[in-house]
Amino acid sequence: MGLKQALESGKFVVTAEVAPGKGTDVSHLLEDAAILKDRVDAVNVTDLQSSVMRLGSLAFSHLLTDMGIDPVYQLTCRDRNRLALQSDLLSAWALGIKNVLALTGDHPCLGDHPEARPVFELDSVSLLETIGKLNSGSDMAGNELKGKPDFLSGAVVNPGADNEAALDLQIMKMEKKIEAGARFFQTQGVYDLDIFEKFIKRVEGLDTKILGGIILLKSVGMARFMNKNVAGVFVPESLIQEMKDAKDKVQASMNIAGRLIKGMKDLCDGVHIMPLGWESKIPPILDEVGL
Amino acid sequence: MIILTRKGLDEIEEMIKGCGSLLVLGCETCSAMCFTGGQRQVEELASLIRMKKTMSGDEGEVVEDAIARQCEIEFIEPIADKIKGCNAVLSLACGAGVQTLAKVFPDTRIFPALNTKFIGRAVERGVWAEVCMACGDCILGRTAGICPVTRCAKGLLNGPCGGASGGKCEVSKDRPCAWQEIYHAMKRLNMLHYLKEKPQVKDWPIHPDKVVREDLMTVEST
Repeated sequence: MGLKQALESGKFVVTAEVAPGKGTDVSHLLEDAAILKDRVDAVNVTDLQSSVMRLGSLAFSHLLTDMGIDPVYQLTCRDRNRLALQSDLLSAWALGIKNVLALTGDHPCLGDHPEARPVFELDSVSLLETIGKLNSGSDMAGNELKGKPDFLSGAVVNPGADNEAALDLQIMKMEKKIEAGARFFQTQGVYDLDIFEKFIKRVEGLDTKILGGIILLKSVGMARFMNKNVAGVFVPESLIQEMKDAKDKVQASMNIAGRLIKGMKDLCDGVHIMPLGWESKIPPILDEVGL
Repeated sequence: MIILTRKGLDEIEEMIKGCGSLLVLGCETCSAMCFTGGQRQVEELASLIRMKKTMSGDEGEVVEDAIARQCEIEFIEPIADKIKGCNAVLSLACGAGVQTLAKVFPDTRIFPALNTKFIGRAVERGVWAEVCMACGDCILGRTAGICPVTRCAKGLLNGPCGGASGGKCEVSKDRPCAWQEIYHAMKRLNMLHYLKEKPQVKDWPIHPDKVVREDLMTVEST
């Protein structure tokens, strides 16, 4: 079952993600994808995550389709103007890619080519609108397409925005994204279900599907790093202590992820798991939570 | 106004090496306000250059002057003879000033002593911030007087990205998130509904751009 059918079926949807690396060797990535196949409904492929130059999401998304995995092609506005974005979208459809996650993208100055000129001609909202236009058979300039795609569009939202203004803005933008065609949302990583529940209550009634973000917590250091440096990610002290006290850190990480997934079952439509290299831990976590 | 900074003395020295007689020319508008090209900075730079020239044995007299605006021909014309009397001009103006001089005096080398940084304003003594990108299609009326094209690091038009932390931009902890500033200003001005507007896409002009006012081009009849 692909992502579209999974979302329409009303089941609790599971997506995961793989992150291409720097270079042409995709053997490990294909092994990771093979682990996820048949356990998740779709696999996201990140687009130069953290603004680090890597193998592209379009090519690897296509390789996933070859394996029978339904990819979610992540597409950012950081590196492409409207010509390139539209062209890449048409190319993606021609290569069998059916789901797109429309993102603004990190600023290039955060990555490994900080001098790069940022594009951001479109943003996540106008990119979603553009995908809608392509789906309806014309480009941004109103020119008719010969053969049109039928993408399922998704977007992201950050439920942990750290002040009232930031959260209000996130929700307003989420509404705009829905109006622009976002049929599903994958959220930033969630570690505090109370915060997530408050967010879900605020967006109740919006016509979209929400997959709660799960980032596998690999160490105490990673928790502290994210609390300090990753916008909207907050790992509560109790979880940090749990990791500290654990003899088996991997098991503790899996327990935490499992509890979060179980908690989300009553709150939203699915989960999006970001394993950060721990793809092999996803099947046992899903076994544990009965997915 | 246009915000400028002065190039390092080594770069200036390298540029003007062997140029002969030199006019160090200030600009009394933006550049003076930035303390980069007023009368005082002209005197300081000219003295330093004279000293360097003496030390290196580089020949040529160094004279100095400052005019109200190097970007306007009518302000340049009164000192035309002075400029023609020198082999080169070291301009303490913005890129528009340097290029106007180069256009008016095609046989004279014109060197820039400054770097033109941006359109901005002084936020405190000695600190200037970029506020306008001269994008050609002002939207400040819809964004509570705060420009997201310039002040959001990504120039986003439809609300913030998810990168802000503690009200600060993802690119730097000392830079406020422009969209959070816009949000607070809109709330104060009771215009938050503007945030729900139809998505905006910016159309970019082709550079170099040109403004033509035909009403000003026609010859007045008597």
